[in-house]
Amino acid sequence: MATFLILAILALILGNIFLQGGTGLSPRFIFGNADKDMFDVASAGVWPMVFGTAARVILMTLFVIPVGVTTAIYLTEYAPALSPFTRIIRGAVNNLAGVPSIVFGLFGLGFFISAVGGTLDVFLYPDSPKPVWGKAALIWASLTLAVMTLPVVIVATEESLRAIPLGLREASLALGATKLQTVLRVVLPQALPGILTGGILAVSRAAGEVAPILFTGAAYYMASLPQSLTDQFMDLAYHVFVLSTQSPDIEKTRPILYGTVVVLLLLTFALNLVAILIRARVRRNLRRLA
Amino acid sequence: MTAPLPSLRARVTPPDAVSPAPTHGHPPLIEVDRLSLYYGAARALHDISFAVPERLVTAFIGPSGCGKSTLLRCFNRMNDLIDNVRLEGTVRIGGEDIYARDIDVIELRKRVGMVFQRSNPFPKTIFDNIAYALRLQGLRRKSEIADIVEQSLHQAALWEEVKDRLHASALGLSGGQQQRLCIARAIAIKPDILLMDEPASALDPLATAKIEDLILDLKQQFTIVIVTHNMQQAARISDATAFFYLGELIEHDATSKIFTNPARKQTEDYVTGRFG
Amino acid sequence: MLVGATNSSLAQEYREIIPPEDFARVPPDRLRQYLGLTRQQFEQMDEETLKDLMSLRIEAKAQMPDDPDAELNTTEWRYLLGPHQWTGYDRPAYIWQPVSQIHKYNLLPLFIGSLKTTFVALLFAVPLAIAAALYVSQLAHPRAREWLKPGIELLSGIPSVVLGFFALIVMASFFQALFGYPSRLNAFVAGLALGLAVIPVVFSIAEDALTSVPRSYTEAALALGSTRWQAAWQIVLPAALPGVFAATVLGFGRAIGETMIVLMASGNASIVSWNLFDSTRTLTATIAAELAETVVGGHHYRVLFLLGALLFAVTFVANLVGDLVIHRLKGRLEGRR
Repeated sequence: MATFLILAILALILGNIFLQGGTGLSPRFIFGNADKDMFDVASAGVWPMVFGTAARVILMTLFVIPVGVTTAIYLTEYAPALSPFTRIIRGAVNNLAGVPSIVFGLFGLGFFISAVGGTLDVFLYPDSPKPVWGKAALIWASLTLAVMTLPVVIVATEESLRAIPLGLREASLALGATKLQTVLRVVLPQALPGILTGGILAVSRAAGEVAPILFTGAAYYMASLPQSLTDQFMDLAYHVFVLSTQSPDIEKTRPILYGTVVVLLLLTFALNLVAILIRARVRRNLRRLA
Repeated sequence: MTAPLPSLRARVTPPDAVSPAPTHGHPPLIEVDRLSLYYGAARALHDISFAVPERLVTAFIGPSGCGKSTLLRCFNRMNDLIDNVRLEGTVRIGGEDIYARDIDVIELRKRVGMVFQRSNPFPKTIFDNIAYALRLQGLRRKSEIADIVEQSLHQAALWEEVKDRLHASALGLSGGQQQRLCIARAIAIKPDILLMDEPASALDPLATAKIEDLILDLKQQFTIVIVTHNMQQAARISDATAFFYLGELIEHDATSKIFTNPARKQTEDYVTGRFG
Repeated sequence: MLVGATNSSLAQEYREIIPPEDFARVPPDRLRQYLGLTRQQFEQMDEETLKDLMSLRIEAKAQMPDDPDAELNTTEWRYLLGPHQWTGYDRPAYIWQPVSQIHKYNLLPLFIGSLKTTFVALLFAVPLAIAAALYVSQLAHPRAREWLKPGIELLSGIPSVVLGFFALIVMASFFQALFGYPSRLNAFVAGLALGLAVIPVVFSIAEDALTSVPRSYTEAALALGSTRWQAAWQIVLPAALPGVFAATVLGFGRAIGETMIVLMASGNASIVSWNLFDSTRTLTATIAAELAETVVGGHHYRVLFLLGALLFAVTFVANLVGDLVIHRLKGRLEGRR
């Protein structure tokens, strides 16, 4: 049966990765530096990559959550359901979800780095010979990922907002609360688990993405951790790509490669699991109310 | 129309419990013996025994949640589709225990047709809705299928209304027409028994009247069991009536007797509209 | 012309020669244009520097290929899309060679690459995913469904770079040993790995569409004496067919836009070949692999952005069609009461 074939393939992949990669895992590997030789099995660690990935997704969350949540609130609470404007926004959000991630990479390069960063440089550092903002950087990678994950946050937030019974809003309004007060004090606290799910799903999706950060911030190699928003960074997912395609001796570096993959998978799966659990809870509440 | 399993019927023994309902000389076709049904731990049917006579209309009445639909669904084992359902006691059709291990459920459902509360034509053409049932029976010859489709639509009093658009989508029909199409589909494969679960509850009075006329017509050929919450309807079309309350069979008798001179107080209260 | 307006051919740039000895005779503005300098730059330079630049210019001219193809503006549509008989080739060919001396930007090899891998991916993923969706939504025991569904959706939680890694390190060698084809990385391996990324997309959309088919259809079919399998196959699947179609279209959009898997597992040779076992290069992998090495604003850079715009357009249409179909289907299945 097809279902079991799919599950068998999945088990095969995960089994292969965890069996081979589990052995390479050690605190030294996870927290070790890669500043000497990142292809050296005995000494290389992935801490700079874990740090870089964490930095870019945390920064991304700071951008995407406020924008996504306000959009969702606008769409469910304020926007007239049938107006053409609302439909255009909804259509755009829907479409954004299907855009290939490499196109987001191009967008980040063309818009954030060239247009925004370039303009900033013209005004802030007209005399600097080297671009300060107009180059690949942590902040641009995070912004690019924020644009990419926007639909995830909007959809999850909208879903949880719609699950809140109308009666609750009416009760608040009947007490003389304004619409804004109702949204902020009654609706939003109820929707929190949904917003959290959206955030976590966005993070887990973004953590594994490579294509959007190829040109917007990821570095092949850096001797130190990024110091500011305009620095480039090493990245866990990008490192998987580097190790599998650029390694001088793939057989020899295999343990680091598998180890890196396991760390990446554990990270994304853990995030996914949390999101699934919260979502299941939200859905159950929804069903009980319906 | 093939005669329904005469050899089996010959072995039928009269039911030993509760009411020997009036059969006007009609032998019993469905016999229910000490039937209880549980959803998980909750008992939905309590120790029910009675018989449904052949080629009469038997109506099940009672307030919502009394188990009448659940019992109906025992007769073609549609309850099998629900999890956690457990059954005690026996149901015999034509003398055969339909919950026996070696019973082919698929064959059973071909012999016991069903019409649902909400009309449920497939999203196919009118013709294909009926032809689907026939093809399940293994019919392949086009002319034969076309004949039976026409005949079934005639029987369901729908032919005149749809003969010019047999190949239009069934979803374009009105609610009443859809329900009659579902009846046509059910009788096309010539079952012995036709189960109807509140077939007119979602229809307007005019469409309801048509369905009722149809039921009176169909009882010439089929044994009909109908669940209804409409007592006038039960009074108009059924020969025998069974009154259920909280999962128990309270009274089972000739319809005229149930409605004019019920033996039990609960039945009287219900049919006179004092509760329910 | 989207790209060509900013791009002139190699030859035009170098057609004219002004020897350094003529420095004094040429008007300054003319000279400034000839050397391609801004007014500010020009004013800051002394005579020696300008003369050096002029001799450099002549050296560059000497190195310029004496190939007639150098006269062409290779970013015109006919060179982007049509075949051309390049110098040294015995017949017209479609060639993507953006870093050779003559930049050749024919898109056809990349289109073929993308279509090939996508085709393999869909061929592998769609039947599997739809069969699984049918099973999970119609036939599986509800308790089994509780863990089957998240199990399959777990596949979407695997980052594509990990699938690419798996295809490159494990699958490529395994399938080469199995089938013995010459090129270890090819459209077939990349397509299979891509299929793994497409399965969860197709599965969840198809499952959703199948589940939204009213339960009453199944009940009606069962009451007529069909088996559960017959009801699922003959009634539920046809009723949800538009949804299944939409799932396929959205799966197509996902497959053609995926980057890392094909970048790592397809071999990246831009050749025109319909053979699934040849190394192949897709639109997405081309952008990913080449953009970092281009000059910002140059023609190669712009052609890669053109590829991005094409990808966007293709996935846009795919998503639009998919969403419309699903919307209609839901309306039809739920609007009927």
